[in-house]
Amino acid sequence: MRELTYNEAAVEAVAEEMRRDPKIFYMSTDPIGPLLREFGAERVRATPITEAALTGMAIGAAGSGFRPIVDWRQVTFCFVAMDQIVNQAAKIHYMFGGQVSFPILYRAAVGGGGQVAAQHSQSPYSMFMNVAGLRMFLPSTPHDIKGLMKTAIRDNNPVISFESSRLMTRKGPVPDEDYTIPLGQADIKREGSDVTVVALAWLVHEALAAAEELAQEGILVEVVDPRTLVPLDAQTIRTSVQKTGRLVIADEAGPTAGFSAEIAAVVTEDGATFAQLKAPVKRVCALQVPIPYSPVLENHVFPDRQRIITGIREVLHGRRSTAAA
Amino acid sequence: MSLSTQSLSPNLPPDTQREMLRRMLTIRRFEERASDDYRAGKIYGVVHCYIGEEAVAVGVCSALDRGDRIISTHRGHGHCIAKGADLNRMMAELYGRQTGYCKGKGGSMHIADFGIGMLGANGIVAGGIAIVTGAGLAAQMEGKGGVAVSFFGDGASNAGPFHECLNIAATWKLPMLYVCENNMYAAQTPAAATHALSDVAARAAGYGIPGVVVDGNDIFAVYQAANRAVDRARSGDGPTLIECKTYRWRAHTERRGQPDLRDPAEVEMWKSRDPIAQLEHQLREQGYLDDTELQAVERDIMGAIEAAVTFAEASPFPSPEQATDDVFAA
Ligand SMILES: Cc1ncc(C[n+]2csc(CCOP(=O)(O)OP(=O)(O)O)c2C)c(N)n1
Ligand SMILES: [Mg+2]
Repeated sequence: MRELTYNEAAVEAVAEEMRRDPKIFYMSTDPIGPLLREFGAERVRATPITEAALTGMAIGAAGSGFRPIVDWRQVTFCFVAMDQIVNQAAKIHYMFGGQVSFPILYRAAVGGGGQVAAQHSQSPYSMFMNVAGLRMFLPSTPHDIKGLMKTAIRDNNPVISFESSRLMTRKGPVPDEDYTIPLGQADIKREGSDVTVVALAWLVHEALAAAEELAQEGILVEVVDPRTLVPLDAQTIRTSVQKTGRLVIADEAGPTAGFSAEIAAVVTEDGATFAQLKAPVKRVCALQVPIPYSPVLENHVFPDRQRIITGIREVLHGRRSTAAA
Repeated sequence: MSLSTQSLSPNLPPDTQREMLRRMLTIRRFEERASDDYRAGKIYGVVHCYIGEEAVAVGVCSALDRGDRIISTHRGHGHCIAKGADLNRMMAELYGRQTGYCKGKGGSMHIADFGIGMLGANGIVAGGIAIVTGAGLAAQMEGKGGVAVSFFGDGASNAGPFHECLNIAATWKLPMLYVCENNMYAAQTPAAATHALSDVAARAAGYGIPGVVVDGNDIFAVYQAANRAVDRARSGDGPTLIECKTYRWRAHTERRGQPDLRDPAEVEMWKSRDPIAQLEHQLREQGYLDDTELQAVERDIMGAIEAAVTFAEASPFPSPEQATDDVFAA
């Protein structure tokens, strides 16, 4: 199968959908070259740096029959548009009794690792998960981002595509033929019977590397990639934990009220899954700090395969889970 | 643009004019070094150079007192140096060291020195405008005649905070200078594609405050406009919007392989209008500078930059555990 980078696969998804549906148009502060060349400046708009307006304009255009895509680029740039996201996009369909739909795709790069410091590195998806009315996903492979993005563009709701900065140039197989991946469907990236690792984005790859390493010792790790954050595929996660009896959650975001907390709750509040747990749930997350610049500091803040391995050993030996690290 | 020293040099003492040249040259040489060291992998993340725009920061800051406050953008080295920041601590911050201004937490996009009234570079376009307007409010409430200056780009002038702050500053007569560095581009996007009017300064009319357009490569023009605006602010008459037409010589950032879609002829045209060469020319015309003096200035600056690099390289990296320091104040 041919290989594309994560970023190329995302752009290909957008291009294919734009070819299919003339109502789709794209707005960002610096347009993506190939899209601009193919679709022209009318449909691929270079905008002023005014994310609040763009985010809101997408709502109005969507409610008027178009299917806008707004590329916030770094997720931190969309914080200037929080009113439009939280008060408007998320609530408008519900608040007005579902009169019309608002099909919008918002794109945002998340994560760290580039030494670009606190205002250009963040993984704030749980802030958005907390808002009713927004769907969102965060894929780990070129294959998944393409399939999920196509579904999201066809969805009749505001959907946020969180995209991992660390994975942008990472290659992977992408089928030639048209395909989509439904929202709300987790993917088991590796099967195993001793411990479940639920990981997102870049940490899926770190978890797979950890699983490979531990396989040498006969420890069989199952890696579950939720892919979609809202709606969350709780069933796949619970089924996996019922099988292994042990859960490690790996997230590039901090632990507090985070995605990892949600996964822990989804697993432990379910009686059938709780009954199978052999050890406390372990979270392997970033430290709860803004992301620092210096590589020494930045590397210390983020979890990696080593910390995942440590977390796995901890749940295997049934030691008490200390505070999230 | 006339190069007649009579019409341009605002009767400034020779030492002041030479100091302006020294600061502009310091910015340029500092960034040339930072860019080299970035390419060599000693500086991380992203670096935005101010080269070509030095007359704006130095012209405006020359009209300020030490106690006045400024705020910067993602392209912040020039504002730091113009306000008098320490090169050692700046370079150490770029190098990610413990001795840097932000203890290695900020890097190029986030250098601040509150001790000299430099409230920080900012990674969010237009992110500083409200903060420094708050410093202007503080100066007004203190009642000691302080002023505050917001530096921002043509791109930032399209963001909400610019408009919201101009309105409130005009209404409350805050002692503010809003200095738009119009370098004609926001990353790859030409200002002409995102502004309905060619002059950002024209927007001042909507808020009932003076809006002036100056040649941002002519330090005396910038200085004179800033001086008038500072006088107005200190006497309680409120803010001024100053638009400095200028140009960045280098790509948007120093990152390798980055597109630069600008016409090379346009870049060359602006390089021929080098703000530093223009000031140098005027100093020579007035008899305030000769080759020997210029060489001495260059030597001094190169020495200071070399010393800053030595300081940075000799400084330790932070210890990993320091990542959790400073999340909250004591
Ligand atoms: C809110 C926000 N949106 C987008 C960006 C990405 N970005 C960084 S600099 C820049 C262009 C800024 O242009 P301008 O204000 O003219 O300043 P210049 O770079 O020309 O000095 C953009 C779009 C950002 N940092 N913040
Ligand atoms: Mg600009």
